[in-house]
Amino acid sequence: MQDDPRVLMMGEDIGTLGGVFRVTEGLKSEFGAKRVIDTPLAESGIVGTAIGLAMHGFRPVCEIQFDGFIFPGFDQITSQLAKLTNRHEGTQSMPVVIRVPYGGHIGAVEHHQESPEAYFAHTAGLRSVSPSTPHDAYWMIQEAIRSNDPVMFFEPKSRYWPKGQVDFTAPGVPLHASRVVRLGTEVTVLGHGAMVSVLLQAAEIAAEEGISLEVVDLRSLSPVDYGPILESVRKTGRLVIAQEAPGNVSVGSEIAATVSQKAFYSLEAPVLRVSGFDAPFPPAKLESVYLPDADRVLEAVDRALAY
Amino acid sequence: MSSDAMGPEVPPIQLLDASGVLQENDRTTEFLPVIEALSDEMLQRFHRDMVLTRRFDDEAGNLQRQGQLALWVPSHGQEGAQVGSAHASRPQDHIFPSYREHAVGLVRGIDPVDVIRLLRGTTHGGWDPVEKQNFHLYTLVIGSQTLHATGYAMGITIDGEYATGDPERDQAVVTYFGDGATSQGDVNEAMVFAASFQTPELFFLQNNQWAISVPVSTQSRTPLVRRGEGFGIPSTQIDGNDVLASYAVTLRDLDAARAGDGPRFIEALTYRIGAHTTSDDPTKYRTHAETQSWIARDPITRFEAFLRSRGEGDAFFLEVEAEALDLAEDVRKRTLALERPPVELMFDHVYSEAHPRIDEQKEWLKNYEASFGDSL
Ligand SMILES: Cc1ncc(C[n+]2csc(CCOP(=O)(O)OP(=O)(O)O)c2C)c(N)n1
Ligand SMILES: [Mg+2]
Repeated sequence: MQDDPRVLMMGEDIGTLGGVFRVTEGLKSEFGAKRVIDTPLAESGIVGTAIGLAMHGFRPVCEIQFDGFIFPGFDQITSQLAKLTNRHEGTQSMPVVIRVPYGGHIGAVEHHQESPEAYFAHTAGLRSVSPSTPHDAYWMIQEAIRSNDPVMFFEPKSRYWPKGQVDFTAPGVPLHASRVVRLGTEVTVLGHGAMVSVLLQAAEIAAEEGISLEVVDLRSLSPVDYGPILESVRKTGRLVIAQEAPGNVSVGSEIAATVSQKAFYSLEAPVLRVSGFDAPFPPAKLESVYLPDADRVLEAVDRALAY
Repeated sequence: MSSDAMGPEVPPIQLLDASGVLQENDRTTEFLPVIEALSDEMLQRFHRDMVLTRRFDDEAGNLQRQGQLALWVPSHGQEGAQVGSAHASRPQDHIFPSYREHAVGLVRGIDPVDVIRLLRGTTHGGWDPVEKQNFHLYTLVIGSQTLHATGYAMGITIDGEYATGDPERDQAVVTYFGDGATSQGDVNEAMVFAASFQTPELFFLQNNQWAISVPVSTQSRTPLVRRGEGFGIPSTQIDGNDVLASYAVTLRDLDAARAGDGPRFIEALTYRIGAHTTSDDPTKYRTHAETQSWIARDPITRFEAFLRSRGEGDAFFLEVEAEALDLAEDVRKRTLALERPPVELMFDHVYSEAHPRIDEQKEWLKNYEASFGDSL
């Protein structure tokens, strides 16, 4: 916001309160109410006016308070924001970022723990990413704001609390780059957002049992950066994809299909997926059963190794 | 009525002022006979329901702080608006609440622990509306329920379950929502449909001045009562901390709706004394002085003063106090006894009819969980 005076923030409770997760804390006092806007309570209004602001030359960064509350803005995101560059035949770009705190692990009530990223990854015209560490978040949000395309920026809300190092030296992290976060040899395990820490935990446990897992952080959901993924799978011959979202027609389904096609001759086992169940996100007391944990990842790893 | 209020501001309808004195003037005349007709018992119930709700609300807040609930949504301060309007509805009416209407729910007969179960995270529902005098489930997505209410009321018109002249049978619908909700498309669309189809329905807005940290002035530059007017719905602003005003105006409006005169809109001016939820810190966005000014207009204090002025003695108030303590203790005991629901609950009722994917995953999970018994 310091670098570019055309960057605006807008959303419910983001100004005076600093957002319900305090992500925007202090920004209103630093940049003023014209650039850090407490909006009326209407998600369609937030996204729809961000489109108009972008047409006026601003770069709006919208906050949706919780994953489950994005849907009143769904029409503006998928039918308008995603399509306007195309309809203008390239004369109008849409540099709008939509930040969405998403995912489970926080024991919250209904509509506060969902993983809706597949809807948006499915929509042409949108870019979708999800950082898993403070370092990635620091760099990727800047890349997202710099992008001339609309970017869905999914923030794994359970990762707001754990601290991590940020390396402030450029060039930082590109917007769409998957990355191997732990080297291994026998099975590649892949995920994004909060799932990455689950995968690292699974890799620790597996190592104790003498099984070597290579962990890949997807970071970008659309487009997917297949280079590092395919390289890893060609080495290990096995891929397990973990995601909090329901597995049916998910980001993981798409990656499984593509990897099966592109790394067919390297695969020793079918690509397996560990997902949230194909049921609504359950009441908080059942979330630990619903969300894939290290045990469920390892169960799939065992199955992959059994081929 | 503020139907005539598009010009100069008209003060809200108030039957009891902040010190509990009955207001007799030309704007209250139409309502005074209704109040005079209330039995002592009914007046006692108003007090009792407000006090019990507040005690329950405090206890739930305590339970949350002690880690027993994921979250609590306090109703403290809004008991007058809720208890008055709840008692004005008839058993056959349908209520579509938001998520803060604990008092309305208690009046309609829900078990307070069912609200607790929702916020403890053992269910997404809590009760069967059919068994709880048509008190529908809480809705957390802001404003969505107003459309459901309107659709239900459209059903009443199609089936002719209103305007028969039989007050025991004619139905109406009440939907509750907040000042923040008035900005949502759904709420505005609900009013468009309601006006278009002249539904037997009351839009009951509790303007508690805040939508989390956002003041009502961000949602609207005009008094929100004019929103209703703008859709062609006769609308009234009331002192929402006056249980009698809430009762009398809701009664009038629901009678009109049931009789086939179309939808109505009430803006109840009230205040959320507590935090938005237990995760919220109101000191970040509002002043102590503002909160104090509303505490001075507390619905329970003023109604107690009114009852005392009519001769109600200590014995009654002590009895209600004791009942409230019992309720809190019972709620605490039963909350602590709530267990984690069975994991199958996750798969039960996702669909009304059998579904292969659900069956398969339920079976998979059963075997997976069983595998921990031996192999792991
Ligand atoms: C569609 C949607 N967006 C955002 C939220 C998050 N949220 C929960 S309550 C709330 C404020 C609601 O204010 P108001 O309508 O005045 O009701 P009150 O809480 O004051 O009773 C917000 C923004 C939500 N629940 N649903
Ligand atoms: Mg409010």
